[in-house]
Amino acid sequence: MAVGLTHYLLVSLALFLLGWFCVLTRRNAIGILMGVELILNSANINYLAFSRYGSGAYDGQLFAIFVIMLAAAEAAIGLAIILGIYQTFQTIDVEATDTLRG
Amino acid sequence: MSGWGIADLVFGVIAAVTIVSAAGVAFSKNIVYSAFALMGTFMGVAALYVFLAADFVAVIQVLIYVGGILVLTLFAVMLTHRIADVRISNRSVGVLPGLVVVVAVGAVMAKAVLGANWLGRRPETPHPTTAGIGNAFLGDYLLPFELASVVLLAALVGAVVLSRKELK
Repeated sequence: MAVGLTHYLLVSLALFLLGWFCVLTRRNAIGILMGVELILNSANINYLAFSRYGSGAYDGQLFAIFVIMLAAAEAAIGLAIILGIYQTFQTIDVEATDTLRG
Repeated sequence: MSGWGIADLVFGVIAAVTIVSAAGVAFSKNIVYSAFALMGTFMGVAALYVFLAADFVAVIQVLIYVGGILVLTLFAVMLTHRIADVRISNRSVGVLPGLVVVVAVGAVMAKAVLGANWLGRRPETPHPTTAGIGNAFLGDYLLPFELASVVLLAALVGAVVLSRKELK
């Protein structure tokens, strides 16, 4: 049995689940961002796999490039926010940042 | 007996590297180890892109993820990291409920992936994609392309405003 669409989808599923687990359980803000990056990568694998085994047009690859671009913007903004949180709270544990809690 | 070719073997190795380092990101006790495991994941995913005949996207992945986002993440880790409490630097809570939810949803999704009757077209032989992607960006996808540059500019300005020192 040669490598086919299903194998790529399963690898992507594993990446998504690990990233989601990371987002659910981490309390370090940078750890949560890493989980988000894993999820975005798994979505990109899906785009490219369906592009290759589907129509064969470039649409999937273009969407993957847009996702990578948005991930770069998200990382820049997210890490700037995390540095701001660190300067205010001296920690980046997300449970410490509850100033707005009623 | 269809047999596994050398390409299938290489795919298996790359997929294993990718998933093992992603597990390192998710389960490591030390945030620095997580950051370096993330590099293995990004490189493995780039290799998978090559397998999917997406040469341009693979190069972009290495340039932006490994060269940009990962370096930025490491900078943030080093700037917010206190060596003294390295033990608690990557605290995890609710591991067991999280694991239960993730495994349950993963089982449903795996069942969907394996059960679906995918209309698998026989993929054509890989060919260079850069010219086609460039034509699409300056043709059908011109508006999203321009919007993307505006988004990147806004993100750049926003990051600078957020992280500079306040001038009193």
